[in-house]
Amino acid sequence: MRDLEIIVCMKVVPKSEEIRVDTATLLLERTDVRSEINPPDMNALEMALALKDDQPARISILSMGPLFFEPILRVGLAMGAERFFLMSDRKFAGADTLATTYTLAKGIEKIGDIDLVFCGEESADGATGQVPPGLAEWLDLPQVTLATELSVDRKKRIARVRREIKGGYEVQEVDLPAVISVKTASNEPRFIDYHRKPWAFEEAEVVIWGHDDVDVDDEYIGLTGSPTVVSGLREAEVRERRKEFLRGSPEEVARELAKRLQRILT
Amino acid sequence: MVASLYAPSEANKALWVFLETEGDGFASVSVELLSKGRDLADRAGWTLCGLLLGSDISDRANQAYQYGADKVWLLDHPLLAQFDVCGYSHATMQAIKEGKPSVFLLGATANGRDLAGRLAVRLRTGLNADCTDLILDEDRGVLISEVTGFGGGVIALLESAEHCPQMSTVRPGVFVATKPDPSRQGDLVEMKVKLKKADIRSSIVERHVGEGVDLTQAPVLICGGRGIDGDFESLRELAALVDGEVGATRPPVDEGHIERERQVGQTGVVCRPKVALNFGISGAFHFIVGIQDAETIIAINSDPEAPIFNHADYCVVENTHKILPALIAMLKRERESVHA
Repeated sequence: MRDLEIIVCMKVVPKSEEIRVDTATLLLERTDVRSEINPPDMNALEMALALKDDQPARISILSMGPLFFEPILRVGLAMGAERFFLMSDRKFAGADTLATTYTLAKGIEKIGDIDLVFCGEESADGATGQVPPGLAEWLDLPQVTLATELSVDRKKRIARVRREIKGGYEVQEVDLPAVISVKTASNEPRFIDYHRKPWAFEEAEVVIWGHDDVDVDDEYIGLTGSPTVVSGLREAEVRERRKEFLRGSPEEVARELAKRLQRILT
Repeated sequence: MVASLYAPSEANKALWVFLETEGDGFASVSVELLSKGRDLADRAGWTLCGLLLGSDISDRANQAYQYGADKVWLLDHPLLAQFDVCGYSHATMQAIKEGKPSVFLLGATANGRDLAGRLAVRLRTGLNADCTDLILDEDRGVLISEVTGFGGGVIALLESAEHCPQMSTVRPGVFVATKPDPSRQGDLVEMKVKLKKADIRSSIVERHVGEGVDLTQAPVLICGGRGIDGDFESLRELAALVDGEVGATRPPVDEGHIERERQVGQTGVVCRPKVALNFGISGAFHFIVGIQDAETIIAINSDPEAPIFNHADYCVVENTHKILPALIAMLKRERESVHA
């Protein structure tokens, strides 16, 4: 039996709590906003690492984005991943879900011969959760989304996955290879391994693939390959509220609140 | 540019809604989409169709007509008894190729998102996820989807006018379901589905579904944020007194103080209660999205500068740990005096 070949798709996002919107221009104010690894992707990496704790596996990080992703995503190498591939080219930029999943799928095909692809549930900036099923479709693989637990039978080449559904859970079995999206906060991502640190941050060679390094059809990538168009932006309407301040001792305030609740609910 | 499977010029003026089955009927979001779809179709003079997949489920078509569908496309096959995203994608593709709808809407549920994500790629079309409103530009035949921009109060309008079908997913609770009209009738389009065992690529070996909570239907919502320091016990006590449900912002959910299905906001549940009481919540926009349609909003926070006060009808600047016990005691006393 060969070792499991695992890919974890990861990206870098601006820290959501630091983002402000300029209400005049409706543009995101990105200055002074720090970047971080998309938090759900850390749960995806942790699920892959936990699998590797259990059986022989090799983990590759795959990302698409600007070169500044590189030093940030090296954290994944320090946590335990072996390889890191970054697809970086201006021609990939401006991609919506269709173009993003196409490009990532081409990267996965180039890495080749994989058993599992892990993704975070969604990205903190796009928050659509549509990348994992889109990837699975381009790769013609089965998928299980919102996974909270996973085990693999290497002999039978089956993954057994527990996933969250409305009001409960189900356990699914799929054949390998498969695409798995990992439920946000379903595990506790480990700290970096200090023994790996010098290698991860300095020595490890990151593979950077530009447009000419992968076999992509230009009609399918970047802005050109994206059917979705932003046709307008506006400030969200804030419904005017009464903004009446209730003052007094906690008991007085509680009495006022109870009175209002009763009025609203009867 | 990538061309979609069929061009907008070849598409029919039809709006399709994926009918997700649940219990003896449909998931609440499917009904909400039929209601919204009826409204859009009426304005534009289009046909509203429900897409129904399953095994032995033809009797549910009537429910779809009652909620507004003109037609139901029925894909009945033993292999569709359980939701398998590959099998459902395969079957849905056959119906879409036949019916060529201009617009295809799905609920942003676990299964709805899975299906939408795969189909959009297979159809080579655009997909707008988690829309907060839908507008149909009848002159151009274009669906305009509203989504909230992340982090801030920005609404983006998205369209994919050059691709068909135009696909969007909508979260449960965003639209309001209309009352069913028992006299409404519709047409059934039964499709012969070609499906073989190998098309089904997952098997469900275990399933456990408990009661589950549906915050979208709760008339009273009691929400807690960082400021309550994990004291959801008090919120539950309060909720029990006013027949409410407990919700939360993301941090207490991430910290494990409360189940994720109770997370309110952009990445959680969007609610429209009669009243939302918010304890120790600062009021980041991605939370406000989840309660902004409440009739009345009450906020209790010790920080007078907390943004939540801009979104509240009644504001209390005080430590939540002081207000909560006082309010619980007050409501208990009232209840006792009523019963006495």
